[in-house]
Amino acid sequence: MARVVVDVMLKPEILDPQGQAVQRALPRLGFEGIADVRQGKRFELEVDGPVDDAALARIHEMAETFLANTVIEDFVVKVES
Amino acid sequence: MTARIGVVTFPGTLDDQDALRAVRLAGAEPVSLWHRDKDLKQVDAVVLAGGFSYGDYLRAGAISRFSPVMETVIDQARSGMPVLGICNGFQILTEAHLLPGAMLRNNHLHFICRDQKLRVENAETAWTADYEQGREISVPLKNMDGRYVADERVLDELEAEGRVAFRYLDVNPNGSLRDIAGITNAEGNVVGLMPHPEHAVEPLIGTGGTDGLGFFTSILRRLVAA
Repeated sequence: MARVVVDVMLKPEILDPQGQAVQRALPRLGFEGIADVRQGKRFELEVDGPVDDAALARIHEMAETFLANTVIEDFVVKVES
Repeated sequence: MTARIGVVTFPGTLDDQDALRAVRLAGAEPVSLWHRDKDLKQVDAVVLAGGFSYGDYLRAGAISRFSPVMETVIDQARSGMPVLGICNGFQILTEAHLLPGAMLRNNHLHFICRDQKLRVENAETAWTADYEQGREISVPLKNMDGRYVADERVLDELEAEGRVAFRYLDVNPNGSLRDIAGITNAEGNVVGLMPHPEHAVEPLIGTGGTDGLGFFTSILRRLVAA
């Protein structure tokens, strides 16, 4: 079975308070030197059958209509194996 | 025959009973709708109530947008049926692209619950005609994902067309851009807002006022006149 990964990130211009909260916590934990953190979502899809162009097109459509809200988020589709 | 106003219950909806009650207090006939049914039981308008439909998994309102009942609601809304989305309902309306923009986690990351002052910026929608333009009302607000965002072009368009229906007064509780608490579509039949008018329809509960009742009397007047 092949794995396809869809990474979803808030668009760069959208404020990410969750990422900021993580970034602010880092120095307290002794991790210095991180200028910015943005938090996203990763979906790992186990796909039945071959990951051909048709399957990828379907996954792309799935990401665009459902996994990501393209008003506020960007996404990247990657085949892992 | 009086107007029939449907209130949708999704798994995780919390405020359907309050919305049904508000509809009844306004003098309309409340009709319960179930998320799995495509049939709207011949209602004249629909309220998408607050709560955490489908647990707000993925994004608030994202999964409910694809429920069977929403297929019909989206179709009917596009042909002019009045739809009001309150809180989670507003999130569903943006996810369904019936309203522009999107709702995100509050900028301070806390769940917030307070009495909220709003200004009615557009008293010409199907759900606001009983208010005067500029009227200040106080209704409860409670949410985790109430930060309204849209790109500058959309925000400018909303402002220019008078489609910012409600604005937060005194305090912006969640970081919504331009203090936007609620918006309407271009036709004025679809309205969404984060605060909860259905919790301010009786003097005994909520804010102790009835500032929210106007939403439900507005739509009733519109439907009875139609």
